[in-house]
Amino acid sequence: MSAAAAPAGGRRWARPSLDAVVMGGGVVLLGAALVLGIALPLGYLLAKSFQNQDGQFIGLANYIRYVTTPALFLSAWNSVWVAAVATLIVIPLAFVYAYALTRSCMPFKGLFTAIALVPILAPSLLPAISLIYLFGNQGMLKGAFGGQPIYGPIGIVIAQVFYCFPHALMILVTALATADGRLYEAATALRASRTRIFFTVTLPGVRYGLISAIFVVFTLVVTDFGIAKVIGGQFNVLATDVYKQVVGQQNFQMGAVVGMVLLIPAVLAFVADRHAQRRQSAALSARAVPLVPQPEAGFDRAMLAFCAAVAALLVGIVAVAAWGSLIRYWPYNLSLTLANYDFERFDARGWETYRNSLVMATGAATLGTAVVFVGAYFLERTPGLGLLRAAVRLIAMLPLAVPGLVLGLGYIFFFNAKANPLNVIYATMTILVINTVVHFYTVCHLTALTAIKQLDPEFEAVSASLKVPIVRTFVRVTVPICLPTILDIFVYMFVNAMTTVSAVIFLYGAESKVASISVVHMDEAGQTSAAAAMAMLILVTSAGVKLLHVAASSTIERLTQAWRRR
Amino acid sequence: MTRTLNLAGRLAAGAVLLAGIGLAATAEAQRTKITVYTALESDQLAQFKQAAEAAVPSIDISWVRDSTGVVTARLLAEKDNPRADVVWGLAASSLALFDAQGMLVPYTPKGAENLKPVFRSGKNPESWTGMDAFLSVVCFNTAEAAKGNKPKPASWTDLTNPAYAGQIVMPNPASSGTGYLTIAAWLQLMGEAKGWEFMDAVHKNVAVYTHSGSAPCVQAAKGERLIGIGFDMRGAREKSQGAPIDIILPKEGAGWEMEATGIVKGTKNLDAAKALVDWTVTRGANEMYGKWYAILAHQGMSAAPPNYPAGAEAAMVKNDLAWMANNRQKILDEWTKRYDSKSAPR
Repeated sequence: MSAAAAPAGGRRWARPSLDAVVMGGGVVLLGAALVLGIALPLGYLLAKSFQNQDGQFIGLANYIRYVTTPALFLSAWNSVWVAAVATLIVIPLAFVYAYALTRSCMPFKGLFTAIALVPILAPSLLPAISLIYLFGNQGMLKGAFGGQPIYGPIGIVIAQVFYCFPHALMILVTALATADGRLYEAATALRASRTRIFFTVTLPGVRYGLISAIFVVFTLVVTDFGIAKVIGGQFNVLATDVYKQVVGQQNFQMGAVVGMVLLIPAVLAFVADRHAQRRQSAALSARAVPLVPQPEAGFDRAMLAFCAAVAALLVGIVAVAAWGSLIRYWPYNLSLTLANYDFERFDARGWETYRNSLVMATGAATLGTAVVFVGAYFLERTPGLGLLRAAVRLIAMLPLAVPGLVLGLGYIFFFNAKANPLNVIYATMTILVINTVVHFYTVCHLTALTAIKQLDPEFEAVSASLKVPIVRTFVRVTVPICLPTILDIFVYMFVNAMTTVSAVIFLYGAESKVASISVVHMDEAGQTSAAAAMAMLILVTSAGVKLLHVAASSTIERLTQAWRRR
Repeated sequence: MTRTLNLAGRLAAGAVLLAGIGLAATAEAQRTKITVYTALESDQLAQFKQAAEAAVPSIDISWVRDSTGVVTARLLAEKDNPRADVVWGLAASSLALFDAQGMLVPYTPKGAENLKPVFRSGKNPESWTGMDAFLSVVCFNTAEAAKGNKPKPASWTDLTNPAYAGQIVMPNPASSGTGYLTIAAWLQLMGEAKGWEFMDAVHKNVAVYTHSGSAPCVQAAKGERLIGIGFDMRGAREKSQGAPIDIILPKEGAGWEMEATGIVKGTKNLDAAKALVDWTVTRGANEMYGKWYAILAHQGMSAAPPNYPAGAEAAMVKNDLAWMANNRQKILDEWTKRYDSKSAPR
């Protein structure tokens, strides 16, 4: 890496090249944006955790009060074991699924990729409604868990597995997609068995992605309150404790305390991330040859069967909700109607919320993709600035760990402060876009890093020796190579913006109410079918975007990824 | 020469056009846009807006609507730089909280003397005024009761009947204002010692304490549970949608809460806000509230919305709002210790 920065062989900081200035500036800008978008709003909230309700500084009193409450340990323990169980189920499922998509020659890969993403295309209320219709006290399959109610840990785990699956899959597919075929050729030439190759070549190659995926899933489960609120019954977890404090009792100080406790997994994730990274070398060197899976009838059939089974479960859950959006009154009047899609009957803003969602999702996807990818590139490839880069990396990991409620509240305190010149954007579409980009930053950031890490820094080194400005290398080489990942990030941002609830519920204004909020309101008002209908509309829209993405990907792959083939 | 004239003509035409636009714009500008924070039901908003703007043509209402807890939290969080002009249709306990923090403009709406005394803040000038009241009731699913041959409860004490084991759902008072209202009413009605004893007994029958105040009656209406403890209005709406439920006013009386109105301190549209608030206490406004609520603020008025239980006004317990506010933390701590942290999920 140092070759890029010091072409003349001199000391790196002696005469910074234009490239070093551009990239260093980029890192600083990204750092500043993240400080504004996440660190300061959180800091404002953190300050509250040391205050009493009148705003006076009281030191650690809130923390002491919280730690001495017996409910804390129960909630923390519940959060940890439910997240651990969900992670243990999701990661193997997602890994095999991703392996099938990238390393087998099974048919219908495009279809399976699309279906796997279905869970993030829909608001989290949708699986909750499905699970109640399936396993609730009036459910079609009630009693399926041997008398254990769906309300509680079982419901939370099932809904979280459904919801987290695509998040893990996205990271694992990126990790598995780029492999150096030469390693496999060498291993095969040495007559290594398939199992041995898997443990000595494949797993080490994706270790970074695997660790990221584990922490992403674990943290997502710990911080999500939406699923726990609707289907968790009174099974207390840390995220519902935040809800109780903030929404139930308007005690922001205690809410901030629990929010800070929730940051612990993220800090652990950051440490593990750094640790894994130190051992990670670029998997895709400049001389790498992409791995092309070879047909193998038995293996391909097994992979197809596995993916078909997982896909059937995912589609099944959505199908129940789709049916739920068409019935008149569960469970007493199951006749079908389209009236639930006449949203003006249920919500004064009706279809307008849907149009707002489209605007917000497009804005968040466009802004988010640009910032995330360029930012990740600067972070990964800027020479020097070790401390600054480490700090920016840590901040980039934060959003994942912050429950939406906490982020939203921090945004009110920071962006609505009288002294803050940015307060003009409060309650506008702009703040919803910024908040959404920040909220979903981490997974996109990890995906972009995974892709960039797999590119050999030699690309930059060669460009530098040819005196090509780094910007041109980035535009001409990095972006085209990573275009599939960039599109993935765009779509991920778009669909999450369509479904996000917990942070924006504090931020939307009179003119900027979005469809996902409308779903929550209709469900609270007992209009379950209308809520399911709006959730289906969101799902269909996101699915449409995803289909466009699949079509665009195959075209782009033909045009830009030809070099990967021989 | 002709060209100059021509140009002048065009300019004149342009000026006329601009003036026209200007006039239209002034007519539009005379309507003051005011931001109203509310927890009214989403499908009520259109009617509220239409009626208020018809009566007060100078205002143009923009709603920010969410559940009571979220709106209250948001207003408190925005305290240092308020964004709302008026709060209209939020729990009076929330408005009392704002008042205690100096967040409301003291203003007695014209005609406020026509409101029943309990629907006023009691200050001079008033800090908030009530609109209507709703009760904490029992939503009882008759279809499920028939299947399981369960008796219909008539009182709170009936809910301790072992026949209802695992069949009752009620809001968690730590998550929901409705929940707190319900248990505070029990404690005031029965006295503290008896009240906790009663809750111990009911706890044996409770399947789950929900985080949302509207969930219990919705769950009862959809047959997820036999009995939901929640708001009368919610139950009446579910019944109108076709749910097989009865709304029971327990004979001991019931806890209640009112929806209220106030002006947010820091508003830049004080005159428009006052004009709106003046209208919210009128007979006309109360007639509109009466489409959904039985108990109205205006003296001599009450209503009978569809599927609403009779005798609501008489069932209202004597509710000490100050006592409720002052003992909230103590009661919630005790409740959490008894029922929340120990209970295994059922």
